[in-house]
Amino acid sequence: MSLLHWAILAPFLMAVFVPLIHKRAAAIHTGWFVLILPVLLFGMFLQYLPVTRENSSITETASWIPSLGINFTAYIDGLSLLFALLITGIGSLVVLYSVFYLSQSKEKLGHFYVYLLMFMGAMLGVVLSDNVITLYMFWELTSISSFLLIAYWYDRERSRYGALKSMLITVFGGLMMLGGFLVLSLMGDTFSIRELAAQALELNKDPLFGLAMILVLLGAFTKSAQFPFYIWLPDAMEAPTPVSAYLHSATMVKAGIYLVARFSPIFAFSGYWFWIVGAVGLFTMTWASFNAVKQTDLKGILAFSTVSQLGLIMSLLGVGAASLHVESLDDNLFITAVIAAVFHLINHATFKGSLFMAVGIIDHETGTRDIRKLGGLMSLMPVTFTLSVIGAFSMAGLPPFNGFLSKEMFFASMVHLLELDLFQMDTWAILFPVMAWIGSVFTFIYSIMIIFKVFTGRFQPEKLEKKPHEAPIGMLVSPIILALLVVVFGLFPNLLSYSLIQPAAAAIVPSILPPGGQLDVHISFWHGFKPELFMTIGVIVIGILLYKLMPKWIKMYDYMPGKVTLNQLYNASLYAAERGSNAITNSYMTGFIRSYLMYIFVFFIGMLGFTMWAKEAFHYDASAAAPIGLYEVSLIIVLVIATATILLAKSRLTSIIALGGVGYTVSLFFVIFRAPDLALTQLVIETVSTALFLLCFYHLPKLSRHEEKRRFQAGNALVAAGVGIMVTLLGISAHSSKFFTSINDYYVENTYKKAGGENMVNVILVDFRGFDTLFEITVLAVAALGIYGLIKLRLEKGGETNENK
Amino acid sequence: MEILMCIIAGLLFAAAVYLMLSKSLLRIIIGTGLLSHGTHLMLLTMGGLKTGAVPVLGEHASTYTDPIPQALILTAIVISFGVTAVFLVIAYRAYQEIGTDNMEQMRGMETDD
Repeated sequence: MSLLHWAILAPFLMAVFVPLIHKRAAAIHTGWFVLILPVLLFGMFLQYLPVTRENSSITETASWIPSLGINFTAYIDGLSLLFALLITGIGSLVVLYSVFYLSQSKEKLGHFYVYLLMFMGAMLGVVLSDNVITLYMFWELTSISSFLLIAYWYDRERSRYGALKSMLITVFGGLMMLGGFLVLSLMGDTFSIRELAAQALELNKDPLFGLAMILVLLGAFTKSAQFPFYIWLPDAMEAPTPVSAYLHSATMVKAGIYLVARFSPIFAFSGYWFWIVGAVGLFTMTWASFNAVKQTDLKGILAFSTVSQLGLIMSLLGVGAASLHVESLDDNLFITAVIAAVFHLINHATFKGSLFMAVGIIDHETGTRDIRKLGGLMSLMPVTFTLSVIGAFSMAGLPPFNGFLSKEMFFASMVHLLELDLFQMDTWAILFPVMAWIGSVFTFIYSIMIIFKVFTGRFQPEKLEKKPHEAPIGMLVSPIILALLVVVFGLFPNLLSYSLIQPAAAAIVPSILPPGGQLDVHISFWHGFKPELFMTIGVIVIGILLYKLMPKWIKMYDYMPGKVTLNQLYNASLYAAERGSNAITNSYMTGFIRSYLMYIFVFFIGMLGFTMWAKEAFHYDASAAAPIGLYEVSLIIVLVIATATILLAKSRLTSIIALGGVGYTVSLFFVIFRAPDLALTQLVIETVSTALFLLCFYHLPKLSRHEEKRRFQAGNALVAAGVGIMVTLLGISAHSSKFFTSINDYYVENTYKKAGGENMVNVILVDFRGFDTLFEITVLAVAALGIYGLIKLRLEKGGETNENK
Repeated sequence: MEILMCIIAGLLFAAAVYLMLSKSLLRIIIGTGLLSHGTHLMLLTMGGLKTGAVPVLGEHASTYTDPIPQALILTAIVISFGVTAVFLVIAYRAYQEIGTDNMEQMRGMETDD
């Protein structure tokens, strides 16, 4: 266990103490105590910057299940460090924000910070793990803690719905991912991601490679809310705003991005990777930005915008895979895509975090998030307005904010695809920049919608629950820091380029790294009149035009998505699964013992019949059989008559007596077949049994005592005949194929010599196989006690223990 | 003889299964009684019905009937008697408490209300 391990486990340890702190120090907001930890961790992770800057890495191993090769291996390289800094940095800001957002007296803060710390630790575990099994464990922990956080206000129905939905979808993806990991580790014979990456080229030729890729991608797409799995994210907005800001914009939804980036060295050589990741990402980006415009809830807009931006990053990672196929490093244009992905990842975390916090402030100070009720808040909340403008303009891709730079690089990467002659790109390349451009236009529209619908226009105080005013300074600190970062990274992007972006990009595409060298990352603010600049100008012009004309075309959304949306599909499939399984269970679980006996007997006939037929197991050989004697035949006739009487008897009494007849005939058989002990026992027991049957008959309730003729039931008869035939065939076949002689010679020889008895059956019962007899006595004792209890204990008569009433 | 006994055992099984599939609790118990008779006869048959002496050494015979199946059957008879007795008393108590012996009416409580 090294420092790195303790850093991952620290939030979990802290979570243990949070309830205690919450109870003991009730006067001070619990968040202040929690805040210490992420700040410390952030400082600790900053110290690794010089290490990753040189593209070197740190590996620390602690053994967990060494016999299975599963170790808790912490691993820091550029990519892990970038995510660790995001998690702890934004984590600190979110905790600070939540101190002012959530009230100490009204909210269950003990729960909140336990869940939040669990999530933070799990997220750190995901990004710092090198072992796929450990990675999966932390991955599911993020799902669980996210589930708990979404349903934080568990008395609201929408919260529970959102939590359940996100749980089902992300856990589905998580399980698929586990499958992918297992396939990968079977192919590569190791659980370590780095060792797998080292054999990437051999793995590419494996027939299971495609399966592993699809499964891992399913995990990434569900977590990162890609099409069509994005539907959980808008419903997860029922969580408290700090949670939305932290989990659903900056960290958890980026776990899928991390997964794709982390497994790029293994999968990215494949053309399918390029196509699936690139196309799904781009389609998600366009689709979600298109849908964001019609939202009326501010958090709804931000949720769809998060989906859209994640799609953008995802598509860049997909397109970046093309860099592996371009020979020379000097003119490798697709490395831009990887750099843009990393850069936009940072940018998105900063501006989306600040936007969520700004929306949280608006919600907190006005009591609503509905843009139809809001308006004219600019003069009332000037600081929030400034924060929102910075965040939204950065999201729209306007200069001088950092979103402009990454959007430019995004366009540049998409335009470069036109020059690519791989993967049938000559036919499809044009679609990529076109879709990227359309998506960006809608991004622009919803971004300025956030500003103009909320802060300008008519102020409607009568629709608001509270009298709006500027938020307290404590609540504003975190978004101000994030907005400052947006501006700083926008004006001085090269602060990041070699400290964070280059090491992370190098970790995503390590194979094109020159030995000992670095990737060339230089983000210039002004880069000449390139196509991407004209695309941005086009986005702004068309965007403003469309925004102005919005009332004219917004009605189009009422017709566009049609009746079947993905949410309805999700709800309908859940409903169908529930109803379907109910229907299946109800159809065969009838509650009648006859049905269950039917299943058992039919299965018996089917299994036995099929086996005997398939294995040709039936034999007939009567040569070893004993001759048929007159006595036996006459006894058989008696037996058959008695059995038939039972079946045909109108009254129960007749059946009982006929059963006695069968029993006495059987004991006569025992006499003929030379089994005196059996005959004795059978006679006595049959007598007692018949007496018991008669007792039962006598106590039949008057009501149903009237006896009716048994109706003949063909189905029952068929099954009964089947069972009889199978038993007969089995008996004949077993008798006709004897493979070895009996061991009875031993008993015949030694009954007197060793056991000192003459009656072989009795000696076997009490000497050779005495244990059987011991437990048979036990059976009788238990039966006797049971009968005694059944008759004596009448608890229900008292009426107190009858729980069915 | 063994072939014939196999057929007889099959017949007993068929009758037993038919009874067990009926509605009346008493007939089901009668069915189980028949089923154990069929099983015991089958056990005896599988041990071989060759004519030999009764398995008691005093006979001084050259061949004896196989004693092992007889010991097994003796155990089985006693156990099935114990089970049948408990079963019958349960049926008797059920008559007393529920007032019916019709299996169709003895469905469990509906749990989903």
